[in-house]
Amino acid sequence: MAEAALRFRNDDPVEEPAVTLDAFIEQTSASAVRIEAGDDPRRLIPHLGRVKLVEVGFPRFRDGRGFSTARVLREAGYDGEIRAEGDILVDLIFFMRRCGFDSFAPQAPLGRADVDAALSRYDYVYQHAADGAVPIWKLRHG
Amino acid sequence: MRLLTGNDLKSGAVIWWTGRDWSLHVEDAADVGEAGEAILQAEEGARRVNTPYIIDGTPTPGGPRPAHIKDRIRALGPTVRPDLTLKPADPAAGDWVI
Amino acid sequence: MYEYDRYDQAMVDARVEDFRDQTRRRIAGELTEDQFKPLRLKNGLYLQLHAYMLRVAIPYGTFNSRQMRKLADIARKYDRGYGHFTTRQNIQYNWIKLEEAPDLLAELATVEMHAIQTSGESIRNISADQYAGAAADEICDPRPWAELLRQATTFHPEFSYLPRKFKIAVISSKEDRAALRWHDCALRIVRNEAGEEGFEVYAGGGMGRTPFIAYKIRDFLPSGQIFSYLQAILRVWNMHARRDNIHKQRMKILVHDLGEEEFRRQVEEQFEHFLTLGTDFPQAEYDRIAAFFAPPPFETGLSDDIDLSDPDFALWVDRQVIAHKAPGYAIANISLKPVGGIPGDISAEQMERVADLAERYSFDEIRATHAQNLVLPHVRKADLYAVWQALDAAGLADANLDLVTDIIACPGLDYCSLANARSIPIAQKIAQRFADAERQRDIGELKIKISGCINACGHHHAGQIGILGVDRKGTENYQLLLGGSGAEDTSQAKITGPGFDEEGIVDAVERTIERYRELRTDGERFLDTYRRVGMDPFKEAIYG
Repeated sequence: MAEAALRFRNDDPVEEPAVTLDAFIEQTSASAVRIEAGDDPRRLIPHLGRVKLVEVGFPRFRDGRGFSTARVLREAGYDGEIRAEGDILVDLIFFMRRCGFDSFAPQAPLGRADVDAALSRYDYVYQHAADGAVPIWKLRHG
Repeated sequence: MRLLTGNDLKSGAVIWWTGRDWSLHVEDAADVGEAGEAILQAEEGARRVNTPYIIDGTPTPGGPRPAHIKDRIRALGPTVRPDLTLKPADPAAGDWVI
Repeated sequence: MYEYDRYDQAMVDARVEDFRDQTRRRIAGELTEDQFKPLRLKNGLYLQLHAYMLRVAIPYGTFNSRQMRKLADIARKYDRGYGHFTTRQNIQYNWIKLEEAPDLLAELATVEMHAIQTSGESIRNISADQYAGAAADEICDPRPWAELLRQATTFHPEFSYLPRKFKIAVISSKEDRAALRWHDCALRIVRNEAGEEGFEVYAGGGMGRTPFIAYKIRDFLPSGQIFSYLQAILRVWNMHARRDNIHKQRMKILVHDLGEEEFRRQVEEQFEHFLTLGTDFPQAEYDRIAAFFAPPPFETGLSDDIDLSDPDFALWVDRQVIAHKAPGYAIANISLKPVGGIPGDISAEQMERVADLAERYSFDEIRATHAQNLVLPHVRKADLYAVWQALDAAGLADANLDLVTDIIACPGLDYCSLANARSIPIAQKIAQRFADAERQRDIGELKIKISGCINACGHHHAGQIGILGVDRKGTENYQLLLGGSGAEDTSQAKITGPGFDEEGIVDAVERTIERYRELRTDGERFLDTYRRVGMDPFKEAIYG
């Protein structure tokens, strides 16, 4: 399991190794699961009660399947940690945060200043996502 | 002969490796022989060139002639806008491409 | 037309700074080209043969004189004095410097324009009927929905790293002027039996190397639920599309692989889920946007008469002028297809002339069409003569709308790094062959579409006559296709047989057209004749 280099949570990190989705569904004692690009995250939904960490793999930063994975889990009510692991550029972080990722284990280290700049660049958003940001249409109409 | 070409990182202009530096003119291109890959790596690393690649060419009295039409168009400019090519005063310049 | 408020402006301004930072990191070496390329493409910046190319979005093809003048300024200041209108109602510049691109974008932002999501694996600029708000046959103006969807799909966090590009079109008439079913997602506004407005939804269309015509996946979607439905489509695709082969990642491939029924089932399942999330924009926001598209203050009591005593003007009116919904007004098409010219190209000076005309005669509105022409959508019939004279003086008064010389052509190997063969010289040679105005009129509607490679930016699959440039052992070769359509009778063109060289393809087009003239019955367009008699008589004429 990759250690999170960037974490936006106050609870203690889960130390347990993340197992594959298949293994997690079979091993009822596991609490950390790794979802690879291509896995259907909806298979995890019946088991969310015992999930403490979901690690989502990004094999290449252009592979955006993990964005949907995080949203599917957040929409199902999961509020534990969702960690992005793999080929993660600073330019992805803003979108990932909006999809519900709250920790990051990038292969290549990200500069904290770059991350802060990326996260503060856009003051507004046009649409609802998993981050609770208020969409522009709602600001317009109160 | 083997030619090393690419686009200037900042301006995007087509450039050719002369043996020491980059030129806008294919006439200045040098035969890089077997050394092309090493120069390519070094120059890309130095961020002087974007998307460099090595092509085949033929030496001619007028200078190197790239083997593929795409690189001949790159060397000259758009055939449909002779005024914007590197040889705006030469009405026959487009023939070199074909 | 739509005007930005401080939120819209803040989004565009932030993107300029975002891109400025990305460009800085690239030039400083913090980003490799592999890393930077998807980022610059998301902002419309390509590396082409001779320079960087920037594609600027013209949302749903609508813009005004101030924006057109800025486009002219940019052409002079950052490019070489011209621009190129594309087959998706955008404009692109061919000679951009990377280091100047952020400043260019900052200038665009001052006139509420941008290059956001005009390329890359993103939800692209949304196209629409170029006659929206003016057409006599529309149910309503489709642009408020296009604008609402523009906002909803801008920087959508879940769908910013899609498997491939995703193109949306919106129309609201039976006649299709936007190549609807060649889009990944196509929306046609309809009314149900209760008189409510909704969308007929099509999905899975696209050109490229594996062309598909979009399937209708919904007969009627209540209009207020469109964003839920669109997100459902996108999520099904994003989660299930292949990621191992860039040529198999467009949504059309997934729709085809799953089958129409299964794709629809999955979309409906996701749609039910999205409806529970409350992400749809409220009616109040639609109303706010729609107010910007209220009809301009058309004068009443105008005459519908046009003085056609000038024969050249009469020919132009006959070809370029289309019925308007308001009495006394007309839609005037501006041809960017002069014989021997470059399809879609326009000089900075011509841009300014068009801007002047729009401001003076067309309630300050201009439209770009997917056929690479322009439109003045709201011209008083009494002003048509003055408009024509001004267009004529600017070299913009060709009367060839939908005729054989009104050719769609991609930039091809003269500019494009993906191309295998040049497109523009073929368009020029065909236009020169058929330059005679009477001959063009005799041939009638004939849409020729030319692409310089299988990516099909020149829409050859939808050409009544399509031409595809290929690389045959290092030389340019051209395949001929017949029978395509991008209109409401959508069809995919079929290849005739072996390809031709540059001269040969022009001859083959001429033999095809001459055979049509022999075979046609009264009132039959080329496409009608082809559909009636099939490919064989044409093959015989072409290959002997």
